[in-house]
Amino acid sequence: MTVHNIRVGESKRGDASDGTLAEAVGGRLSRVDGPAKITGAAKYAVEQQLEGLAYAVLVESTIASGKVRAIDTASAEASPGVLRVLTPDTIISLRTASDWLGTTPPDKPYCPLARDITFSGQHVAAVVAETFEQAVAAAALVNVSYDETPSIVDLSDGKAGDGIAIDAMTKEWGDAPAAFAAAPVRICAAYNTPREYQAPMEPHGLIARWEGDRLTVWEPSQWLDGMARTYAEWFEVPFENVRLVSPYIGGGFGSKALALSHGAVAASAAKMIGRPVKLVMTRPQTFTGYGGRAATRQTVTIGADRDGVIQSIVHRGVNETSIDGMWVEPLGSVTSIMYATPNFSSKQNVVRVNSVVPGAMRAPGENPSAFGIESAIDELAYEVGIDPLEIRLRNYAEQDPHAKKAWSTRQLREAFAAGAERFGWSRRSPKPRSMRDGNQLIGWGVAAGTYPVRRAYGEAVVRILADGSVEVESSSIDMGQGTYTILAQTAAETLGVPADDVVVKLGDSRFARAGVSGGSRLAGVMTGAVHKAATSALDQLVGLAISDPRSPFHALQANTLVVANGRIGSPRGDGPDVSIAELLKSVGRDRIEATGDTMPANSTAEDRYKNYTTIAMALPHTEGDYSRYSWCAHFIEVRVDEDFGTVRVSRVVSALDSGRLYNPKLAESQWKGGIIMGIGQALLEEGIMDRRHGRIVNNNLADYLVPTNADIPDIEVISVGIPDPHSSALGGKGVGELGIVGVAPAIANAVFHATGKRVRDLPITLEKLI
Amino acid sequence: MRDFSYLRATSTDAARQAAALPGAMLLAGGTTLIDLAKCGVAEPDTLVDITHLKGLDRIAVDERGATIGALARMGHVADHADIKSRFPAISEALWQAASAQIRNMATIGGNLMQRTRCPYFRDPANFAACNKRVSGSGCSAIGGVTRGHAVLGTSEACIAMYPGDLATALVAFDATVHLGERKLLVDDFFLLPGTTPDREHAIEPGEMITAIAIPGSAAARRSTYLKIRDRQSYEFAAASAAVGIEFEADGRTIRDLRVALGGVATKPWRVRAVEDALKGKVLEPETVRAASLLAVEGAVDHGANHYKIELAPRVVARAILKLGETA
Repeated sequence: MTVHNIRVGESKRGDASDGTLAEAVGGRLSRVDGPAKITGAAKYAVEQQLEGLAYAVLVESTIASGKVRAIDTASAEASPGVLRVLTPDTIISLRTASDWLGTTPPDKPYCPLARDITFSGQHVAAVVAETFEQAVAAAALVNVSYDETPSIVDLSDGKAGDGIAIDAMTKEWGDAPAAFAAAPVRICAAYNTPREYQAPMEPHGLIARWEGDRLTVWEPSQWLDGMARTYAEWFEVPFENVRLVSPYIGGGFGSKALALSHGAVAASAAKMIGRPVKLVMTRPQTFTGYGGRAATRQTVTIGADRDGVIQSIVHRGVNETSIDGMWVEPLGSVTSIMYATPNFSSKQNVVRVNSVVPGAMRAPGENPSAFGIESAIDELAYEVGIDPLEIRLRNYAEQDPHAKKAWSTRQLREAFAAGAERFGWSRRSPKPRSMRDGNQLIGWGVAAGTYPVRRAYGEAVVRILADGSVEVESSSIDMGQGTYTILAQTAAETLGVPADDVVVKLGDSRFARAGVSGGSRLAGVMTGAVHKAATSALDQLVGLAISDPRSPFHALQANTLVVANGRIGSPRGDGPDVSIAELLKSVGRDRIEATGDTMPANSTAEDRYKNYTTIAMALPHTEGDYSRYSWCAHFIEVRVDEDFGTVRVSRVVSALDSGRLYNPKLAESQWKGGIIMGIGQALLEEGIMDRRHGRIVNNNLADYLVPTNADIPDIEVISVGIPDPHSSALGGKGVGELGIVGVAPAIANAVFHATGKRVRDLPITLEKLI
Repeated sequence: MRDFSYLRATSTDAARQAAALPGAMLLAGGTTLIDLAKCGVAEPDTLVDITHLKGLDRIAVDERGATIGALARMGHVADHADIKSRFPAISEALWQAASAQIRNMATIGGNLMQRTRCPYFRDPANFAACNKRVSGSGCSAIGGVTRGHAVLGTSEACIAMYPGDLATALVAFDATVHLGERKLLVDDFFLLPGTTPDREHAIEPGEMITAIAIPGSAAARRSTYLKIRDRQSYEFAAASAAVGIEFEADGRTIRDLRVALGGVATKPWRVRAVEDALKGKVLEPETVRAASLLAVEGAVDHGANHYKIELAPRVVARAILKLGETA
């Protein structure tokens, strides 16, 4: 890891969660992996150079529904350099793996190449060749014939139907329909979001290598242990025999947490030809090889009194899933907790369509849910003639309205106040179309966002080496959010060493186990685990210092020693003062090593395996006496050209409550990244379907538009969080997903203020306003 | 694997001869050709690399006009001081095109040869029917996703939109393309799809673009390129207008006007009807808006691209009025 240049200063041994000793944790250390990434020195998973590497290229279905009649591989097999053509008939048989909850799978074979086609772009064959170019050329020669059947294109397809009711999503209290019917003011509107894609800069891919019955997979991963489990189950080898390596990740946004069928193809190919195999998806394949965000539809009805106080919310949601997979995008997640209401009803269906099974994408559930409720309350504000900020305060939920529990911390009122002040909200002219600059209609919009604090148990190894430097090891990952950096800060602060002296090693499943890096949980879990391991290492160090006869501190009391800046001495500086390296040398030790985990004390090996390879042991955010969420308020200015309908975001002020920030600089970057992604969602992003073929045609980054720098104004983010001891060991709440939640409705609300047009279907493209 | 041979041309004549052979294609910046080869549209047997030819990247500008060598890079032309001052629309069309990285690679000659972004044209594996790729195979776009397709100059065989910005500005100012000795107007260089959408340019085997020439004019000197798009950068136009204007001595009466549309037609689209309607008239917003509606005379939409018919005249009007403000 690249050396960073900020010294930690006068850290002391102690509990970092009190916030008073935040020289390390809480400092604005720059990303320690930054220089390696910007100079190209960082080696990503599929950049490994292996001897004998062969290349696999996927062949995908060109129909959305039907059966493969035949696959003619003769020309491909005869093509130069081809080592093997894999089809459903020739690929080795795998076993079905458990899902991410660890549910015991059906005892049946699994084939990652499809005979039954349920979406366009499904893997049907693969070609393995000596070179990538040879594999590409031969893949084009694989001739697949089909018996095509009618497909269900999307939610609006006449054949789609109402779908399957997901009873577990139902949330109800009071009598919402009756209260709605009796309310003097009623709002009812439908809100739609399209298919959206994670579009990480680094496409999905892997290198798989077998040595006997041991498999090594170099693959970008948000969850090494979870993916290793899947590979182990597919190939019926012990979990310990699978090693996942994922040192850096070029963006995941939820899409890299699971082992996917292309991984099964590559690992099968490697086993079949007895050589390492590399398979990287093309950019178009990343639009069908795994799922983006499901398209959603919601109706939100709000009944209120004339003062804008909500009496009832009735919410119905639908998201699409695949023909043979199940994805539930929880659309009532924000609806049910954002505002106080005595009567509430939310229900959700999922509808099967001929699509790849949708997947997790930054704030799954909360993101589209917020688009519905945060647009609807804006509509209510205009209906009753109350300022959109004021109506949110008037309906402020003082406790979790669904769980009926106290919030652990909810700095949302503070977020509204700080954001409004900085944005200048009080200068807003309330009427739509009342602010302009030449041809530009100006609109100001506000919306809130939230994301639950997902908690789990973590594990880490901390080593103090002979030279006094420190190693931290974990199989958790850094996909750009700053894990390398904050874990160095945590270890540095806990141990009393400069952050410069800490090397963090991540992304190898041989290291201490780690659960999924998803749901914004990693930082809270891993700082807690590193803090615990480092505390244990420090206890050993101090123990040695006072117990070993060769130590200059022999026979002193533990509480009379201070470790700071890599040196051990007395608090008053009146005794011996030696470096950690000198102490280790004097007592004849070349290292101190401690493993720390935050699992309950009586946990079994099975519990540990389950905790790190499934999400079944995640702690509910409403466990115990509290309901735990992060919160935010976005204030956004748009400029809409009155002739062209183009919407440009010209100002963003967001105030966010993620509790205590382990590193404000990195947290701010993540918030801004989420806000930028939200701008894309609001204005640009949409998978566009050819309804005749059931195929997304804008499957590349020239046609699937994500924001460029030119689309993004200066974004001001303000932290209003306070340490939340109920959410994590060191007081932080989730950061990564929070920022995107509420951005799209804030923009839609601003567009309404600018133009008087309410756009309820994302993205807000120019033809909807022209 | 699909092999091809690579030749590095040592002279313009050698390049022309080599490129005349069946299956041969010229390679300059490669930003279009390599992209199309990756998606299986271009399958050259021979690439003739002309980037080492000397003297083809010259940019010469004087009172009479500008001559720009075929190998001049888009970025260099966009930043050229005399192009900026005498042909602002050319510079603006270039710097609003593509991305900085592409502009630094792509050449002016290659830019004129840029192919359509029609998604059906670019995906042979999934859409066999494309008259532009294979004559007579049909059109997958008609009846499909058409938000980015042309509303002007279309035929029953093809509705693919011409995506370039530069050529839109070139046709507005009567630029010519030099194919060695042969010279023809850029407007004539680009062909309507008609029944032969596979033939996009009036260039014959053995010919090569060597330069473009743009006559100097007062209208070119007071010109602009207005590009409207969903995304602020690195995107093709929803609608764009290259406009140049010359006023009479009163500073209000339009003596000369040039208008061309981008992003809405199957080729760079000069709209003389708007020019003729406004020449001799005093520049007034209402007059300009009314005349701009003529820009989309004869337009035919295919559903999702209907907005272009609404949008294009507004872009034209805004561009003309903007130039009037600087009078």
